Amino acid sequence: MKKILEVRGLSRIHGPGCPLCFENTGADAETNVCASCGSVVAAQDVSLDLHQGEILGIVGESGSGKSTVVKTLFFDAEPSAGEARFFDGDQQLDLFSLNAARQRWLRNHRFGMVYQNPNLGLNFNVSAGGNIAERLLMSDVANYARIRQRARDLLTRTEVLGERMDESPRRFSGGMQQRVQIAKALATRPPLLLLDEVTTGLDLSVQARILDLILEIQHELNTAMIVVTHDLGVIRLLAGRTLVMKYGQVIESGLTDQVLEDPQHAYTQRLVASAL
Amino acid sequence: MNPGYELPVDDVNYNFAFLDEFAKREIRRNILKAISIPGYQTPYASREMPMGRGFGTGGLQLTLSLLGAGDTLKVIDQGADDSVNAVNLRQFVELTCPGANTTERAVEANIIQSRHRIPEDKLTADQILVLQVPTPDPLTIVEPSEARRKIMHGEGDYAPLLTRLYEDIVQFDEIAISNRYPTRLNGHYVIDSSPIPRFDVPKMHQSAALILLGAGRERKIYAVPPFTDAVPLAFEDVAFRTEAFLDSKGNRRQCDRCTSVTSYLDEIIHPDGSRHWQCSDTGYCNDRCVQRQNAECEEARS
Repeated sequence: MKKILEVRGLSRIHGPGCPLCFENTGADAETNVCASCGSVVAAQDVSLDLHQGEILGIVGESGSGKSTVVKTLFFDAEPSAGEARFFDGDQQLDLFSLNAARQRWLRNHRFGMVYQNPNLGLNFNVSAGGNIAERLLMSDVANYARIRQRARDLLTRTEVLGERMDESPRRFSGGMQQRVQIAKALATRPPLLLLDEVTTGLDLSVQARILDLILEIQHELNTAMIVVTHDLGVIRLLAGRTLVMKYGQVIESGLTDQVLEDPQHAYTQRLVASAL
Repeated sequence: MNPGYELPVDDVNYNFAFLDEFAKREIRRNILKAISIPGYQTPYASREMPMGRGFGTGGLQLTLSLLGAGDTLKVIDQGADDSVNAVNLRQFVELTCPGANTTERAVEANIIQSRHRIPEDKLTADQILVLQVPTPDPLTIVEPSEARRKIMHGEGDYAPLLTRLYEDIVQFDEIAISNRYPTRLNGHYVIDSSPIPRFDVPKMHQSAALILLGAGRERKIYAVPPFTDAVPLAFEDVAFRTEAFLDSKGNRRQCDRCTSVTSYLDEIIHPDGSRHWQCSDTGYCNDRCVQRQNAECEEARS
């Protein structure tokens, strides 16, 4: 299988940072805050691999650093240390050493992101179709008829009524807003999709339909995805492999079935026991 | 300004062109920078002028820093030479720039300060057009933070502006921006073309005259250098188009006074409710009337 993404030693520290930060924090220390310098370690030494068409789950409680990881990969936040390689065709790109313009290009052309809160991913001042148009325009499509057709196709695909594509997403329900976000993320057929708590706050039937949609997209387009969630049900349904994070550290990783059926770390055991 | 007004005796010693030499030099330096980077908004120290910001202080400072004895200035407001703002600015220049001439004919002037219009007469390489700009940044409508707008300009990230055009076409079947049309210069920076109508935007493309744009309140100077590409933003399949001035039968309307069918027309509603169309550029219209020695024309004017 072709590798898409390789992350090594990714860390993010809020604050001055000191040599003792990593020792003083993490799952064993049971805290995020470094005792000697007061910095908050959001993620420490996270490594992961992602292959084409694979869904990788990241699970953990709030504050465990799972969102931080995807945010740094989407350039929404800067990492303090570590590197990430993105394999684009026969090119290898070192994500964090690229300049701002190249990072923006990658964001627009190769990555897609779906946020938990549609406010972050959508522009409510333009219509649902306009949101998709914006993303297409960012990736240098300048033909109105083609943009319009593609927006209509995508919204139909994600079960947003085509007749409502010219309405502001402000007037949509939460589930529909989330589907518009997914359509927007898919507009450029990105090889890598980052999903940050996409189903949180939605009711169960809507959740189920969005999860179905994500699975269908993965089968259709062979998109690699990183799914961040605190919901073990979502992980069980979607992810082939899973990372479990706590206090910024990856404490367990492996095949999802293995992690859920035979958890090794005490925290994972508690997590699985409480969820099932 | 009161035409009989004279400067108090103590104030007669104002420097030529009101601004001190250091101020004028700073503005000229910024003009050079603006010309070197077509479309880049060069910040400058906009001086206090003896008139409110928003009355053309940006354009006036450019004009004053360029004007010397022997130069000829034309001031336009809404296309006309005799509207209040144009008269005030012209009198201010007459008062503070002894030796500089003023005119109402675009062909005679070598510096033309304007708001809302680019003259109908084709400008030449010997002329400089100064435009007054209220909002220099076209991205203001999509991004409130100036810091982020600067990054967007630097990276050529104009997708949000194009999204605006997309929304217009969805709603109105055409791009509904009437003035201040976003225009890309030399393949990179997109400028706000000041409040000129869409009709005038093509005149910026490969213009022989230097076009300077000054915003007094926002403290920015930018320029369309001579013979530079100025391309209005549009889609591949939805082209930019100018105002057509067609009547109900689809014919091009003509000016009531000078019968021009190529100029930008103002709609005038007479007290009896009838609608009339007349050139917005009064200097051009008057010239044509004189050429045609049209008696009717004189009638219409009175």
